[in-house]
Amino acid sequence: MKLMEFQAKSLFSRYGIPVPGGTMVESVEGALEAAEKIGLPVVVKAQVMTGGRGKAGGVKLASTEDEVRSHASAILGMDIRGYEVKRLLVDPAVKIARELYVGITMDRGRGCPVLMVSGEGGVDIEEVARKTPERISIVPVDPVMGLQMYQARRAAFEVFAEKKKAMSAAKVMLQLWSCFAGCDCSLAEINPLAELADGRIEALDAKIVLDDNALFRHPDLAEMRIPQPDELKELRAREKGLSYVGLDGNIGCMVNGAGLAMATMDLVKHLGGKPANFLDIGGSSNPQKVIDAMELLLSDPGVEVIFINVFGGITRCDDVASGLVEAVQKTRLDLPLVVRLTGTNEEEGRSLLAEAGIEATTSMRRGAELALQRASEGGSA
Amino acid sequence: MSILLDETTRVMVQGLGRDGAFHALQMSDYGTNVVAGVHPGRGGDTESGIPVFNDCRTAVEKTGADCSVIFVPARFATDAVLEAIDSGVGLVVAVTEGIPVMDMSAIRTRLEATGCSLVGPNCPGLISPGKAKVGIMPGSIFAPGKVGLVSRSGTLTYQVVKHLTDAGLGQSTAVGMGGDPITGLGLVDYLELFEADEETEAVVLVGEIGGSAEERAAEYVSEKMSKPVVGFIVGRTAPPGKRMGHAGAIISGGSGTAESKVAALRDNGVPVADTTDGIVDLLREQLGGNL
Repeated sequence: MKLMEFQAKSLFSRYGIPVPGGTMVESVEGALEAAEKIGLPVVVKAQVMTGGRGKAGGVKLASTEDEVRSHASAILGMDIRGYEVKRLLVDPAVKIARELYVGITMDRGRGCPVLMVSGEGGVDIEEVARKTPERISIVPVDPVMGLQMYQARRAAFEVFAEKKKAMSAAKVMLQLWSCFAGCDCSLAEINPLAELADGRIEALDAKIVLDDNALFRHPDLAEMRIPQPDELKELRAREKGLSYVGLDGNIGCMVNGAGLAMATMDLVKHLGGKPANFLDIGGSSNPQKVIDAMELLLSDPGVEVIFINVFGGITRCDDVASGLVEAVQKTRLDLPLVVRLTGTNEEEGRSLLAEAGIEATTSMRRGAELALQRASEGGSA
Repeated sequence: MSILLDETTRVMVQGLGRDGAFHALQMSDYGTNVVAGVHPGRGGDTESGIPVFNDCRTAVEKTGADCSVIFVPARFATDAVLEAIDSGVGLVVAVTEGIPVMDMSAIRTRLEATGCSLVGPNCPGLISPGKAKVGIMPGSIFAPGKVGLVSRSGTLTYQVVKHLTDAGLGQSTAVGMGGDPITGLGLVDYLELFEADEETEAVVLVGEIGGSAEERAAEYVSEKMSKPVVGFIVGRTAPPGKRMGHAGAIISGGSGTAESKVAALRDNGVPVADTTDGIVDLLREQLGGNL
């Protein structure tokens, strides 16, 4: 789960990391009030869950009340990479002497968290990693012991020669670790961590991604979720125990298991078709899940054919079949339906489907081919 | 032979809720030596004839269990895994999905300290056909043989195994290593085990988007393996930044794509099938009729 900048900054300040002390607002009037309270000049920043805000014109310096008004009204409602701006963060403007990068992420390869520090701040760190990897210090962190003072100090002296500055940067790194571990983050990033003209250090931007698996022990953080329009369907699906990701094709796929669901999409594409979605109904044989999944597929106007691919293991084919028959009746399905059903109790499952007039194949390839054929025929079944 | 698991393995089942109790019986029916159940508060009971204990250590002392399979819900699963490691078993299989990644990182340090092996979490377990199965795989689709299989997924494993079995290509051991960003044993570990296993003559590696385990596995194959390996990678159609069901199946910052994994495997001499049914043909080519 991603947080917006203003949320991440509020978590940072809980852990003592110095942040500019801005205000999140949702209107031009709010921006004006915030600017008055903070004192000009201010920075008006679009709050969206994507990078590239600066390039898109979503971050502007305002030195007068008129500028606050014009920037706020220009940025609110702006579309940044498909995300509509509904919130602004008004931060006090600061004089920057230097920009650094400090981040902590979970390194899958090493199996532990890593602290990353670079003197190249304010730019895309992934690009720095690709082009000049020697400019990033990477420090593996023991997940049980946590980031140690000496590790942070060493990384800090790589970017600051002066003791006082290095020590305050090291302190921020340790605070960032406390935040990362305390909130179960999969990423906590300060880019840039700025050295200000007056010598202080401040986190001018903040990015936090929380581990979804750990939200059960952070109910307060779970409540911070701001659902994005493209996630609404995914979230609704998750509430029903389904895992869904929308695409722009016309073949709606319903599959048991994430790996098989990806393989199904890939096969549809391999054969020249276009999958409309990823949809994993999981391992349960609960007929209600099949009905929910069918409704989810039908809510996508792009879907022209439904392809169901089930490999019964623990999931029994007859259970899936009875759920499917019920789903077809309940949703009054009028789209072509192709079913591939194999595995545990497949004969019982296929005969249940046959009684309801639904044809089923046992081959995944044959099923995908049929789905493509029905899609090219178009129209309703 | 086979890897990690055979007919002598003594299995205990942690968490005898609906799933745990069901699969304890399924495993036992398949021929697995299920010797104990562990369920706090049910010590002294039996479950389908299997003695139940309150804790792992007692179960190991009383029954000589050397493997534990975990069906405990996610919020209690970290504790269950640590308890299993602490009880002295050599192999832990965590079926549970949803363990926090920070906990997995901490668990890894315990695994390194003790030498215990963990399969999963978020996995269907493993099976050495004809000998034993630990986890939730449907035994009937497997057949004993000489192909080792390692996969990050569950039902996709079944799909691939069905092609193999239908084609007369039995399996030495098939492992679902789990779909989380951090797992116990990793792809390279399984490849090492298969390389050392006398019974295994070829290996099928089923990978998916996210991370760089397949890339490292590809290098391992070209540098260290004598046995042929055939690959298959899913997620070619997955959009970047979206989690495809498994917690670990996500393309982030342009890395972890299916293309990069396929290219790494092919560059290291590992043929990669475009579809699941293509795996059988590639295996036959690699073995030249030796299976």
